[in-house]
Amino acid sequence: MIRFLLARSARAALTLVAVSMVTYAMFFLLPQDPVSAMCPKNCNAERLDRVRHDLDLDGPTVDGYLGYMKGIFVGRELDSAQGGYCEAPCLGYSYVNNEPVSRTIGRALPVTISIVIPAAALWLAFGLGLGLTSAWRPGSALDRAAVAVSLAGASLPLYFVGGLLLLIFTYRLGVVPVPHYTPLWRSPVDWASGLVLAWLALAFLFAAIYARLSRSQMLETMSEDFIRTARAKGLPPRQVYGRHALRAAITPLITVLGLDIGAALGGTVITEVTFGLRGMGRTAVDAVHTGDLPTIMATVLIAAAFIVIANVVVDATYHLIDPRARAQ
Amino acid sequence: MKPGEHPRARTGTRPSRSPGRLAWRRLRADRTALITGGIMVALIAVALAAPLIEMLYGIGPSEQFQAELDDFGMPIGPAGGVSGQHWLGLEPGLGRDIFIRLVYGLRTSLVVAFAAAVVTTAVGVLVGLLTGFLGRWTDGVIGAVIDFALAMPFLIVALTVVPTLTQRFYGPRDAVPASFQVFSLVLVFAVFGWAIAARLVRGQVLSIRSREFVDAARVSGAGLGHILGREIAPNLIAPILVSFSLALPAYIAAEAGLSFLGIGILEPTPDFGRMIDRSLGYLQTDPAYVLFPGLLLFVMVLAFNMFGDALRDALDPRAEAGPR
Repeated sequence: MIRFLLARSARAALTLVAVSMVTYAMFFLLPQDPVSAMCPKNCNAERLDRVRHDLDLDGPTVDGYLGYMKGIFVGRELDSAQGGYCEAPCLGYSYVNNEPVSRTIGRALPVTISIVIPAAALWLAFGLGLGLTSAWRPGSALDRAAVAVSLAGASLPLYFVGGLLLLIFTYRLGVVPVPHYTPLWRSPVDWASGLVLAWLALAFLFAAIYARLSRSQMLETMSEDFIRTARAKGLPPRQVYGRHALRAAITPLITVLGLDIGAALGGTVITEVTFGLRGMGRTAVDAVHTGDLPTIMATVLIAAAFIVIANVVVDATYHLIDPRARAQ
Repeated sequence: MKPGEHPRARTGTRPSRSPGRLAWRRLRADRTALITGGIMVALIAVALAAPLIEMLYGIGPSEQFQAELDDFGMPIGPAGGVSGQHWLGLEPGLGRDIFIRLVYGLRTSLVVAFAAAVVTTAVGVLVGLLTGFLGRWTDGVIGAVIDFALAMPFLIVALTVVPTLTQRFYGPRDAVPASFQVFSLVLVFAVFGWAIAARLVRGQVLSIRSREFVDAARVSGAGLGHILGREIAPNLIAPILVSFSLALPAYIAAEAGLSFLGIGILEPTPDFGRMIDRSLGYLQTDPAYVLFPGLLLFVMVLAFNMFGDALRDALDPRAEAGPR
């Protein structure tokens, strides 16, 4: 197990290094002049040169990249206009927000986490519930209705669902306040009421996908030999369905869940924009609109890191729960 | 369902038919496929005939009817100014006709989606074929590249790369032509989307190439080109068709999503994502404005998705009846 984890983590670290190189190349080499793009106002030639020197962009590309990576792990020295010494994890300084990027991220990340984790619990519960009920009697009216709902849900644009939810619950009925973020520790009620629409919109979309997935997994498992054996030895159908089949069918779902949560933690872009919540996704969009290169770079890097970490976690979980994966 | 009741159990007694023929028969017998296929064809026809529709309808996508708005810039009349002249009403503020903008929006959406799906599928198939067949170190290297491409957060990368790419070629105040917006979207979709198709094809190739008929061809002295093109490729048509048809709705949704964020297609080019983004500002005052583009986008993605499912069922002889 430990050897497996080590090997897997090493590969993940390699992937992360590759991702960081490509993102760095994308955002610091692709624009005509990253420095002037970063420092749009009141930047004279001397100041530009200083910033360029600070970011090691005046030498070879490799130096610039190594400087950036050094900043993340041990911190780096920046110009006084960039807030002076930037401690680890240093993701650079944003002229648009006038603060180190890590501070912006520190504010945005809790918002995204608060959106994703409860939403994931909701979508797993609803998706699995819907999928299991419809696979219980395939072809029945209930099954057909569930399939229709999940197909429709998977095709609805998130921002459209979000708009409708806002229109109905906030503007027409007035039962839910305009979406906002209050830290959980300050007021759990405000936290929940401010985010509930975002949870619902996100959960609706994903629940539809999970319902389809769990239904087809269950149908496939139910036609396997070990299910026939369980039935033949006279176990009650409920037990065959709920224990034997469910346990085998749920493993692929865990993979998908882990990867989805990982991807969502990098920023639920459309949800955040629709509901005006300032999480990682919204931060990325704003940075794109203001041409804030260091922030853009940081959001992409963090989002990729979440995906890579989620992959490792999923593999490790698989290793723990599925004897077949261990045997290999 | 008991095996005896299976509707396709009888096929075995019929005279033999080619797999393509069989799939076509199954598709034609499937009501869902017929309806959704019909909707798809209709939507594509409308998109193709957009200039003709504009001529018949008599209103262009950029024409403004400010005189028909009230003092607050809101359309007059039911459901956002629906009338005999403006079938789906007017946009608040600018006063453009919603119907003709939807017709042209369909065009934008389908052009991007088709181009992206064609490019990603083509690249993915080529890479998948080569890696799956050459094996050894090519497989390892390209497999790592595939892993890497799949590790990139797609939406975030797309939304950050498109403007950076635009910056490379256009200044902050230059007007970016619509063709460049379309091009950069397709490019970004291609760079990060090919890996999905490549992984699928690679897996298929790996399972097919160990079958007897491939060994037979190799033993009788067939070259790599022959084995790839004549022995393996025909067996890949079904999964490729399915992945292409399911990529279409995904790209339709992704394009609209990026444009909704203000990154893909920009004004004044008509586009669903842009329209929905604009309409959210009028959620309280003109809800009909949100409904029209939202519903059309929904119907389009749903039809393409359901058709893709039906196609998969028709192509897969082992598939159970009904969507999975």
